[in-house]
Amino acid sequence: MNQHKKQQSHPLDGLLRTDRIPHIWCPGCGIGTAFSSCLIAMKESGIDLKKTVMVSGIGCSGRGAGYANLDSYHTTHGRAIPFATGMKLANPELNVVVFSGDGDLFAIGGNHFIHAARRNVDLTIVCVNNFNYGMTGGQVAATTPLGAKTTTTPVGNPEPAFNLPLLAYASGATYVARWTILHTRDLTDCIEEAFLRRGFSFIEVLAPCPVNYGRRNKEKPLDTLRIYQEQTIIKNDAHPSELDIDFNRGVILGKFVDVERPTCSERYDDTCRPKELLEEEKAA
Amino acid sequence: MEKRKMLTGNYAAAHGARLARVEVVPVYPITPQTHIMEKMAAFVESGELDAEFVPVESEHSAMAVAIAAQATGARTFTASSAQGLVYMHENLFVASGLRLPVVMAMVNRTIGPPTTICPDLGDSLDQRDTGWIQIYTESAQEAHDMIIQAYRVGEDERVLLPVGICFEGMIISHYMEPVEILDQEKVDLFLPPYRPEHVILDPDRPMSVHQLVLDDSYYTEYRYQQQVAMEAAKGVIREVDEVFGEAFGRRYGGLISTEMMEDAEVALLTLGSMASTARAVVNQLRKDEGIPIGLVKLRVFRPFPDAELRESLSNLKAVAVLERDVSIGAGGAVYLELAHCLRKRHDSPLLTNYIIGLGGRDVTFEEIKDIALNLFEERDAEVMTNPIRWYQVRGL
Ligand SMILES: Cc1ncc(C[n+]2csc(CCOP(=O)(O)OP(=O)(O)O)c2C)c(N)n1
Ligand code: SF4
Ligand SMILES: [Mg+2]
Repeated sequence: MNQHKKQQSHPLDGLLRTDRIPHIWCPGCGIGTAFSSCLIAMKESGIDLKKTVMVSGIGCSGRGAGYANLDSYHTTHGRAIPFATGMKLANPELNVVVFSGDGDLFAIGGNHFIHAARRNVDLTIVCVNNFNYGMTGGQVAATTPLGAKTTTTPVGNPEPAFNLPLLAYASGATYVARWTILHTRDLTDCIEEAFLRRGFSFIEVLAPCPVNYGRRNKEKPLDTLRIYQEQTIIKNDAHPSELDIDFNRGVILGKFVDVERPTCSERYDDTCRPKELLEEEKAA
Repeated sequence: MEKRKMLTGNYAAAHGARLARVEVVPVYPITPQTHIMEKMAAFVESGELDAEFVPVESEHSAMAVAIAAQATGARTFTASSAQGLVYMHENLFVASGLRLPVVMAMVNRTIGPPTTICPDLGDSLDQRDTGWIQIYTESAQEAHDMIIQAYRVGEDERVLLPVGICFEGMIISHYMEPVEILDQEKVDLFLPPYRPEHVILDPDRPMSVHQLVLDDSYYTEYRYQQQVAMEAAKGVIREVDEVFGEAFGRRYGGLISTEMMEDAEVALLTLGSMASTARAVVNQLRKDEGIPIGLVKLRVFRPFPDAELRESLSNLKAVAVLERDVSIGAGGAVYLELAHCLRKRHDSPLLTNYIIGLGGRDVTFEEIKDIALNLFEERDAEVMTNPIRWYQVRGL
C-alpha cells in the first residue's frame, strides 16, 4: 500500500492539484512534458509562488491551469492573454504565466497576442504548438504545416502556417525562444529565464499530439521524437525570419530575442499618471 | 433514390447541407458540432460537393465569411455550438439585418462556466433577438430534412432571413439513427438555386450594402420589415412543410406539432429530443390510465407560433412546459413567451414550467410521467402555486 503510494508521488506534487489527477492528456502527448518544464522552471526561478498566477484558454494545453496548484484561471477560448493582461495591470506584483495551445493563442486569440506584445505587457507566454486543435479532434489550425493532413484537410493543408517566433518578434516581444519537448533542459532553462525577465516573453514548445496530428500524418509518438532530435538545428540568435517550420529542411530551435524595453505599466505610469501620485505610492 | 443509413445527427445535417448544394462553408470547430465541419470538409475534398470550405480562425469570422459569401449570391452553410454560437452573436444581427438567408446548424450545448459539453438549449435561445428563424428538431432525420427546408424557407422572397436548425448536442448530434438521405434529383426540384435580387454584390451591378443611418430616416422601418418577414415566415414554413411532404412523404406539422390534443384536458409542451420521451409518457398515460393528456411539440421558436399555440391550448385546463434551458432571473425561455402569448384570455390554461435536463442531465420517462401526473392533479386549481419549478436540483 505504502509502496503504491510512494510510486504515485511525483517531485512536482506540491505544484500540482493532485486531486485533479489523472489528467486528460493521452499517452504520448507532449503537453505533460511542457507543463512539467513550466512547473520546474517556476520552482527553480525562485519567484514567489504565492504571487504567481497561471492562466489558460481552452484546449488540451489549456487544461494546464486546472492542474497547477497555484491561483489559476481557465478562461474562455482565445482569451487567456487579455485575462492575464487585466491581472497584471490591476496587480503589477503578480507573476502572470499563460500556458495554452497554438489554436487558442494564435487562431481565435491571435489578435490579443500581437497587442499584448506590442504593449509589452509583462507576461510569460508558454505556447504548446502541436500543429492542430487537439481537443476538438485534430482540425487544421493556423500553425498546421503546409501539406499536413488533419480532419479538415484530408488531402493536405493548402495554407502556410504562422512562424510564431517571427510574429512575436515583429509584434514587439522582448524575449522569444522555441524548443521541443525533447529538449527539456533547454526548454526549462528558457522558461525560467523568461520568468525573470520584465516584458512580454514568448516560448513556443513543439509537442506531439499523437492521437490526432501524429496519426493522420503517419507519425508514431516515437517517430515524432526522433524527428525532434534529427530534424532540428539549435541556433541561438537566429533571425526570426529563418524560423518557418519545415521538418524536411530542419527546424531551428533556440533563444532568438532577449532585449529590454519599457513595459506597458512603466510607460503608462510615465505618461499617464501624475508624478506626485507615483511618488506617494512609492513612499507608501 | 433515397438511401437509408445509420447516421448521427451531425452527419445527417451535413448530408442535408450537401444536398442543398451549399457553395461556401466557413466553420470553426467546437464540440458537439465539429463532426459537421469535418464531414463538410470531406465532402468538398472528395468532390461530392462543389464548395469552398473555409477553416476560419474563429466563429466570429465564420459568420463574417458566411455573410459576405451569401452577399455575393452564394448559398452558405455553417455550424456552431455553445461558446462558439454566442461568440458569433454580433454577426448574427448582421446576417438578418442584411436579409441574408444563411443557414446554420446550431448544435445545442451549455454555455460555461461551468464548462460541460452536454446539451442545453440556452445557446440558441440566447440568439432569440438576432432576427434568425429558429427551428428545433427531435431526431437526426428531422435535422437532415430541416436543413434542406431551411434554405427554401429562408430564401423565399417573402422571408429572406437566416435560419438556425437546432438540435441537442450528444443526444441527437452523436447518437446514430436510421436516416433516409434524400435523393439529389428530388432535392434539386424542391430547392432551386439561390438567385437573390435584393442584396447581390456583383461588379456589373454595383450596390452599396449596409449604409449608416445617422438621421432618423428609416431605422424603424427597416426593423419593421424584419418583423413583417418573420410574420410571413410562419406561412412559408407551413407551406414548405406541405411541399416537402408531397415530395418526400414526411410532414412535420409546420410551427408546432400536436398529438392527442383533440379531447385533452392537460398537455405537455416541450421541444427538441425531450419530445420523444414526453410522447412515450403521453401514450402510456392515455392507454393505461385513461388520462386525457396531449403533447405539443414546439418546432419553431422564432417566429413564435402564438396563434397556433393559442388555438391548441386555449381550452385546456393546464399545461406544463418542459425545457432544457433557463433565462436566469425569470424562467424557461419558452414558458415565458407562452405565458405572454396566452395572457389575458379567460379560457387560458394554468401554466407550469419545469426547468429540466440542464447540462444534459438525463430526463427519464419516470420523471416526465411524474410531472404529467402532477399536472393532471393540479388541473383544477385556482392558480398554479410556484409555477416555475427546478425539477432536478440535487440537495434541495
Ligand atoms: C469560442 C469557442 N470556439 C470553439 C471552441 C472549441 N474548442 C475547444 S479547444 C479548441 C482548440 C484548441 O486548440 P489548441 O489551443 O491548439 O489546444 P490543443 O487542444 O491542441 O492543446 C477549440 C476549437 C471553444 N471552446 N470556444
Ligand atoms: S488529443 Fe492530442 S493534444 Fe490532446 S491530449 Fe491527446 S495527444 Fe495531447
Ligand atoms: Mg494545439
